[in-house]
Formats: sequence, C-alpha cells, structure tokens
Amino acid sequence: MVAPRFDLATEVLIARVWRGRLAGEPRVVLLPGPSADDLCSLVLEKAITDVVCGGIEDAHYQYLGWKHVRVVDRVIGRWVGVLRLFLAKELRPGTVVREPIDPSPRSPEAARLRR
Amino acid sequence: MRHTETETGAPSAPHRNGAPGQARPRAPGRAARLRGRAGLPARARLLTEAMRIRHPGQRMKQSEAVARESLEILNGIPHAAALLDSDGRLVAMNGHLEALCGHCSEDVRGIPGDHVIRSRESLERSFLGDAVRTGAPLSIESDLLGADRRRVPVRITASPLKHAGQSPSALLLFIEDVSLVRKLDAASLGAEPVQGIVSKSPQMQEVFELLPVLARTDATLLITGETGTGKDLLAEAVHQAARRAKFPFIKVNCGALPENLLESELFGHARGAFTGAHADKPGMFRLAQGGTIFLTEIGDLPLPLQVKLLTALDDRAFYPLGSSKKVEVDVRVVAGTHRDLEALVAEGRFRQDLFFRLNVLNVRLPPLREREGDVRLLTDHFLEQFSKRLGKAIKGVTSQVQIVLDRYPYPGNVRELRNIVEYAASVCREQRVRPDHLPDYVMRGVAPASGAPAAPRADPAGRAAGRGGAALDGLSGKATWNDVERRLIMETLLECHGNRGEVARKLGWGRSTLWRKMKQHGMD
Repeated sequence: MVAPRFDLATEVLIARVWRGRLAGEPRVVLLPGPSADDLCSLVLEKAITDVVCGGIEDAHYQYLGWKHVRVVDRVIGRWVGVLRLFLAKELRPGTVVREPIDPSPRSPEAARLRR
Repeated sequence: MRHTETETGAPSAPHRNGAPGQARPRAPGRAARLRGRAGLPARARLLTEAMRIRHPGQRMKQSEAVARESLEILNGIPHAAALLDSDGRLVAMNGHLEALCGHCSEDVRGIPGDHVIRSRESLERSFLGDAVRTGAPLSIESDLLGADRRRVPVRITASPLKHAGQSPSALLLFIEDVSLVRKLDAASLGAEPVQGIVSKSPQMQEVFELLPVLARTDATLLITGETGTGKDLLAEAVHQAARRAKFPFIKVNCGALPENLLESELFGHARGAFTGAHADKPGMFRLAQGGTIFLTEIGDLPLPLQVKLLTALDDRAFYPLGSSKKVEVDVRVVAGTHRDLEALVAEGRFRQDLFFRLNVLNVRLPPLREREGDVRLLTDHFLEQFSKRLGKAIKGVTSQVQIVLDRYPYPGNVRELRNIVEYAASVCREQRVRPDHLPDYVMRGVAPASGAPAAPRADPAGRAAGRGGAALDGLSGKATWNDVERRLIMETLLECHGNRGEVARKLGWGRSTLWRKMKQHGMD
C-alpha cells in the first residue's frame, strides 16, 4: 500500500510511464532508513516527475513543487489501483483506492496496466 | 432466546410463539438515548454494545448500521476520535478527526487506521496492536501529519472495548492536539508569548482586556486593522480562550480563491456538482463544526457569496454546492479585514445587511506606530528569534538604530518590522545591529509609497557597507523591502555563479529559507 507518511517511508516503487501506459516492470528501491530529505534527493536524482504519497510535510511538498515535481498526497490504497488511476489521469490528493488486487509487480493486474 | 443478526449486522428482534418475522417494537435507539446527556464512559459502553461479538471467535462485520451508529456516538465526543475493529481497521471517525486527517469517515471505513491517522508512533511501533493484545488502555505522545500538511503534536489514547471474558472487539481512539499545551509550557518558561501576540502598550492592553469578554460569547466578531497588525493572531487567541477551544479553528482567506472555488471551499459540494467533483466535499463550515471559522479578507468576498454567507449566519444552515440536502452547523464566525467596510457598503461593493450581521462585536487593532513602546519590545523579540535561528550572537541594536526604528511609520506594521529585523540579523556580523545593517529606505526615514517622512536619518552618509549595503546601491529612495531583498539575492547569486548552497551560506539562511524567498520573488 502507499506509505502513510512520506517521512517514514522505507521503500519506493518507481514506475516508468510511456504514452499513458506502464513501460516495463515497476521496480522497488529500498532505502537505508526513513528520511524525507533523502527521499527528496532520490526523487531528484532519478529525475522523477510525479510523486504519489500519503501524508507529507508542507516544507517537503513545497520543495518538490519548487523542483517541478508534481506531488499527489494523502493517497490511500494499493499501488496497482493507485497507478491505474494515475494513468487514467484521475488520481487526486486524498483519493482512497479500494481494490482487492494482487499487489505483486508480476501480477496479472500489473501486466494489464502495461498493455 | 437467541438473538440473531440481520444482514446489516444489527440485532433483530427475537422470534416469539409462532410469529416468525414479526418484530417487536424496538426501544429508542442507543444514540437517541445519548443525545446531550451521557459522558464518555457511557458512550464507550454503547460503542462496546454496538461492536459486540455475537459468537465466540466470530468477528463483527463492519456493517453500515454499526458504522452509522458509532458515528453518531463519536460525534458527541469533544476530541478527535475514531473507532477501530480488532484488526485496527476504521469503523468510524468523528468530524474532528475528519478535519484533522482530511478524509470523510465513509470514504475510509475498513482502511487500516494507521493509513488514515498517520501518526509517527503507531507506524514506528505497533501501538494499536499492543493495545489489542494487552487489552489495557495505552497512551502515547506522537505527531501526525494533518490535512494541511502541518506536523501536529498529539496525545493518542487507545482504549480496547470488550465484554467480560472476551478479547477486545474494538479500539476507541482519542487524539488530542497538544500543540497549545506545548506552547503554554514554553511560555511559562518565558520562551515565547502565547499566540504570538507581543505587546505591553496601553493600546493593546485595552484589546487584551476585551479578550475574555470576546471569548465568552458566540456572537459574530469583526476584527479590523491595517495589514500586518495581527488580526489572525487575535482571532485564534479568542478561539483558544473560548469554550470552543476544544473544537477546530479553521481559517479561510476570502480573497485568495476565485468565486466558484471559494463557494465550494466554504460550503462544500456534492459529487458531480461540477467537472472534477468526484466525491462529496464537506467544506470549511462543516469542518469547523463546534468551533470557530475565521474569514479573513472578508471585504474581498464576492457579492453572490455575501448573500449565501448571510443566510448561513441567520439560519445556521446552508446547502452545499450542487446539493439539495441542507447542512446545519454550530460555528462561531469571526471575520477580519483591512478594508473600510462602511466605505465598501457606500460604494455598493459590500452588503449593508451582512455588514450589520458581522459587526455585532468589533475590535480595531491599532497600527504599530500607535502602540507606545512596542517597537522596542518587538525589535528585541524578533532579534532574539532570528539570532537563534541563524546561529548568531547578536545582543541588540545601537541607540542610533533604535531612534531610526522608533520613528519609522511602518505601513506594513508588525510584519514589516519583523522583515526589517530579519534582514538586519541576516547581514549583521557583529554583536550589535548598526545603521548600515538596516535597509536603505528605513535609513532615509521615508515609508515606501507613503511619501510620509519620518525623523531625519540618523546616519547622514546614507550608504550602507557590507553585503546588505552593496545590494542597496542604485536602488531609488522609494525602494521597498521586497526590492532590497530581491536585489540582495540576485547579487549574491551572481557572485556565487548560481550555486544556491553557497548563496544560502553567504546570506546566513537555510536552503529552504532561500528557495522560499526566491519563490516569493519569482526567481525560481
């Protein structure tokens, strides 16, 4: 599920999107420890354009916005459902996604997102 | 006689004497019996009843009826509160917690509580799991990230609900905002004043003497005064001193949003009310239920919304945008403006009936230039704050600087003085702020765009030395504080070849302070 807090997240799922579809399998990056500052650095280092997260402090939200990274916060749900809404351009701050979906990146549901 | 569950999870009446399916008339609902009378222990008992395990080992379904009944009980609790099942998933949460977390109770039913409440302790260790396992109430101090992206220090108490001999079937969570308690603790140590209002002038003492009177009533309050005089701080101080202090204080800037968005922001909207309205939104009036809503820049409220506001004040109810269902609210309204509302009424830009409705209690905050002795007090206060923040050992200002500051007219009031002191603290590398550490327009003794001269400049040379002074070269006598700061940042950026880390270090600012100021000046 999407981590409830940006500053306490220890895993990042990075997905590449090409022409509105998932390109390749999403990959998971494990962080050495929770740190909002380190996470911001990772976002910039990997040239990420959109961040989807749970709660985020205003300072980091504003900082990422300043760096032209779009942040969609207060999102709750499993990553597949969240990503589906993101690809359909329907993901908004505060969205709650309820889907009984296998969250594995190799699941049939994830494969459908790539087609 | 064995009670059975209906599909909704509520107990049905037992069958009697060959009359299956025929229910006895039910006793008045549990929530109805509660209204206005029961305390917390009684509410906890009723919640336990609602969540009772019917059969050993069987988990209670999170049915709509249970959630609705629990919600009615929770809404009577004067703190942010939630009911979770034994798996830590949300059954219901009250309006205070909805306002804190930014989610509606119905939208998050069945979601793990940690994902909604987002508190540090319950995420870092299994606080909720511990409460269920031990079966005993637990209390922790933690922080959570609110809907406004602010970190809020809280005390969370988890009380397991259970019947004798059974394991807990649910958890009752109370979440208390302790930020004011922490501030009061700091104030009692002399660290900072309560609510940030610093003053010893007789003019402000009159306002402080009014505070208990303003707090004791629910009448609409109109706070007027020039920009930067502390209208926001006074509104919050009134709320914190009132019986409504345990309920939310919500601030809305009526001049910040376009009319259609402002209506939705204030009164909420129904799903489908307009393109992009994917879900019902409660609106700030509803989120402030039981508490105070502060409408700042009320003079900028568009005329159509003035009508709707007047109706809401008179009827204590309104219709959200696109909805036919009336919403009743119990909210105290405080309004603030720097504009002359009577003049706007004469021009036809503000409704007279709304003005009378808002002007039940009126407090005018005096401008800084009228507050005797406060310039020195505030200068010392801000200097101490900024010195600490910048890691400097600035002890005070020279007598020349104090004379200049005493005579400057401060069209921007306290906010402007704060900016001037922040600038001086940034450029000063000594123990005392000298005249050459002040912005040039302050030294010239002329307020920006006001044309009103103050006392003759203390330093006739009129040119500043050091980094701050170089930034002032070439600027006209009408340069504002913003011009000075912008020029300073630009010059330092050029000097450091665009290296922002270097710029922040040279100016004595944190990196986040630098990028915030660059954003303010449109330099990002």
